[in-house]
Amino acid sequence: MNEFLRRMLFLPPQASSYATLVDHLHFFVILTTLVMSTAVGMTAIFFFVRYRRRHEGQRTPHVETSKVAEALFIFVPLAFFLLWFAIGFRDYVYLSTPPPGSMDVYVMGKQWMWKFAYPEGPSSAGVLRVPMGRPVRLLMTSRDVIHSFYVPAFRLKKDVLPGRYTEIWFEATKEGRYEVLCAEYCGAGHSVMRAEVVVMRPAEFDEWMRDQKRGLPVVQDGEPTRLERPQVYSNMVSQGRVLSASQGCFKCHTIDGAQHVGPTWLDLYGKRERLASGQEILADEAYLTESMMDPGAKMVAGYQNVMPSYQGRLAAPEVAAIVEYIKSLRSESVANAPSKGPLYEPARTQ
Amino acid sequence: MSQPAPSSAQHPSGAHHADSYLTDGTTVMSWLNTRDHKRVGVMFLICVIAMLFMGGVFAMLIRLKLLFPGAAFIDALTYNRLFTLHGVVMVFFFLIPAIPSAFGNFLVPLMIGARDVAFPRLNLLSLYIYLAGAGLALWGMIHGAADTGWTFYAPYSTTSPEKLFPVLLGVFIVGFSSIVTGINFIVTIHTMRAPGLTWWKMPLFVWGIYGTSIIQVLATPVLGILLLSIAVEHALGWGLFDPARGGDPLLMQHLFWFYSHPAVYIMILPGMGVISETVCASAHKNPFGYRAIAYSSIGIAFVGFFTWGHHMFVAGQSTFSNGLFAVLSMFVGIFTAIKTFNWVGTLYKGAIAFKTFFAYICGFLYFLVFGGMTGIALATVSLDVHWHDTYFVVAHFHFIMVGAALMAFLAALHYWWPKMFGSRYHEGWGLVAAVLIMLGFNATFIPQFLLGNNGMPRRYYTYPEHFRALNVASTAGASLLAFGFIIIAVYLAVALRYGRRTEQNPWGSKGFEWLTDSPPPTHNFHEDPQYPEDPHDYRTPPLTQPSAAHPEVEVGHAV
Repeated sequence: MNEFLRRMLFLPPQASSYATLVDHLHFFVILTTLVMSTAVGMTAIFFFVRYRRRHEGQRTPHVETSKVAEALFIFVPLAFFLLWFAIGFRDYVYLSTPPPGSMDVYVMGKQWMWKFAYPEGPSSAGVLRVPMGRPVRLLMTSRDVIHSFYVPAFRLKKDVLPGRYTEIWFEATKEGRYEVLCAEYCGAGHSVMRAEVVVMRPAEFDEWMRDQKRGLPVVQDGEPTRLERPQVYSNMVSQGRVLSASQGCFKCHTIDGAQHVGPTWLDLYGKRERLASGQEILADEAYLTESMMDPGAKMVAGYQNVMPSYQGRLAAPEVAAIVEYIKSLRSESVANAPSKGPLYEPARTQ
Repeated sequence: MSQPAPSSAQHPSGAHHADSYLTDGTTVMSWLNTRDHKRVGVMFLICVIAMLFMGGVFAMLIRLKLLFPGAAFIDALTYNRLFTLHGVVMVFFFLIPAIPSAFGNFLVPLMIGARDVAFPRLNLLSLYIYLAGAGLALWGMIHGAADTGWTFYAPYSTTSPEKLFPVLLGVFIVGFSSIVTGINFIVTIHTMRAPGLTWWKMPLFVWGIYGTSIIQVLATPVLGILLLSIAVEHALGWGLFDPARGGDPLLMQHLFWFYSHPAVYIMILPGMGVISETVCASAHKNPFGYRAIAYSSIGIAFVGFFTWGHHMFVAGQSTFSNGLFAVLSMFVGIFTAIKTFNWVGTLYKGAIAFKTFFAYICGFLYFLVFGGMTGIALATVSLDVHWHDTYFVVAHFHFIMVGAALMAFLAALHYWWPKMFGSRYHEGWGLVAAVLIMLGFNATFIPQFLLGNNGMPRRYYTYPEHFRALNVASTAGASLLAFGFIIIAVYLAVALRYGRRTEQNPWGSKGFEWLTDSPPPTHNFHEDPQYPEDPHDYRTPPLTQPSAAHPEVEVGHAV
């Protein structure tokens, strides 16, 4: 039945756990719609035949609706609509909540290609390799205009925006190669902005990843762009460490938990911070990125807005590398306390 | 059956054209300087039909390109400009003014027993504003057109090297025409109804126009703000939507859809008004739930303002916002359901005559139900993740905006043609064209639903080979559709020149606009109209008013 309907509706193969959820609701909605509209259509056709005009000047009785009829007109469709909403929203919450322990992959869209980078090492353009049966979380950003990461076989789509990270996750359930398309119009090359997801058996994937880390030659496809530096790093964390040093981050941030001008990076990722506005936020990838691009936007309570913006000074993959570096700085501490405030007031503040 | 339904009392055919609005001054200046709402309506009708033709040509070029998966006869930039022009022309220059400015202008004063709209000069001005805006945008298209899509999404639009400014400014100016028309209708409906014509006696078309006018007045300024912001950002680089300078690209989308979602109802509400009128006239029957239909027009106008976020489910909106906008979208669907059920209910115990406009009513119901239900499916968040920005969405909104709204436009054109031009078209050819158009629509857009299921994103110049079969099917359907339109153009042109003159009330309708001559005299009525009855009450035969030209015809309720 599932397979029959899938083929009837021209749907691609169901290659992720989310795809099956979407398709089942899709079948429910489409079948109900067909049954209901056929019923309405048949009623109309019956009326055409039964009540056709038999002679000119024919008069008709005055028929007024009843409260019961109008209530049925409202509540029968509404009940179905709300049921579909409830199922659909439950599935959407599933899609927007990555399970803990997902494997992270950074995705960068630019006119007109997709690049993928794994925190532990390799990066590639145009091919995303993932293990079957393990949750994968994508952290996505764009270098130029808005794109949209779309894998029809996974029923998965999320816009990719410049200046912020969006996330989405999936668990591939079928081995194979599936097309990645850009779904948000992005210019002349929009329709050729394609890539490929390769779903591998977990053992094969692990082996592939080991080879990559060992420094075997990586096939680099795609032209280097203006903002890319020629250095090759073994992984994002070490690239992030080098970048943080060269960009002068350590003039204000420490990595050992000591107080300084800015909050320490040790255990920063995943920490709940209280902002100057009184709001509480979670220091996730999106927040760390925003703090580099627009440091004044969400100040942690107690700190001064003295940090310059790194917008335009860091390319998107470099931001991702620094974020990964911050994420790698974990102590054994289990406490998740807010930052203690700066060690001293910098001279520049009022 | 090509013979019209003669009502029980008729003027002698062709004898009452002496002083129609068409013959009152035949010079070009008498049209360009007119303050007659009917002439303004007819001029708008000519303009929007010209725009429909232009948009249709763009659509055919797009479909021809898509016969081939690779590059073919036009390059990517030309293709991108074509779908932008197709969208801008069809949405802003055809669909939004089509029914309110053309048929609304012509009919609202006739239906409420007024001699003209409240502000006749402003009404003429709205035509010239429209012409100026559309002219500027078309000029811009010739001189290096926009390639952003009609949605103008930033930061693509603000960084695109294409000349965007004339197109943005043109649409901005046309917005004022929309606002002026809206204000004019609101004031006219509130203050100029004939004595005895209470709110609950108003024809349902007037209710539809009233709901539309509210949206036009409230939503269009937001579009104006947005278009100016994009123009400023594109020209001066203020960084409003540029994250590199603290701007937000999503802000642009919020502003855009805050206008453009209600704009969908600007396009469809007047169409629903047309259907409410014509379904009663076809079945000679009172509407099944008059108040339900009237209230749901206002309900759509209100709730339609709170659903814009369903265009942004995958754009990076929070999960909570997505849920909220999804629920609200379900509620706006209910108003359409109420109307649909009430139209079908109206047929019950009626006396249905199958005229050309009735064929379009059937088409409208079909396209509205399927277009609407696919809309509900799209508003179901998890399903939208797959369908968003694919051909499924394209097919969905073409079912509503082209299927339903254009069906209503064609129903209006055929139903009120005798009223507007005093001549009759050939019913047989009318039915042939209607059938062709409906088959053509289905053949064009059902393959597009399936393409969307299959995963083809919209605005694709080239596509992977496995999408080809459905694309070819869609193009074949589109050519059928074009053929249907050509037939309509031919038989209506023939009717205009050689058509048989019409009786005053060829459909035996109880609508107030049929109480005066067809075509009406310059000041609409020979005497002040009296409305003792409901415009949809078919228990008694239709009334006609005495014509000044023919005083020998007494009040024509000769039963």
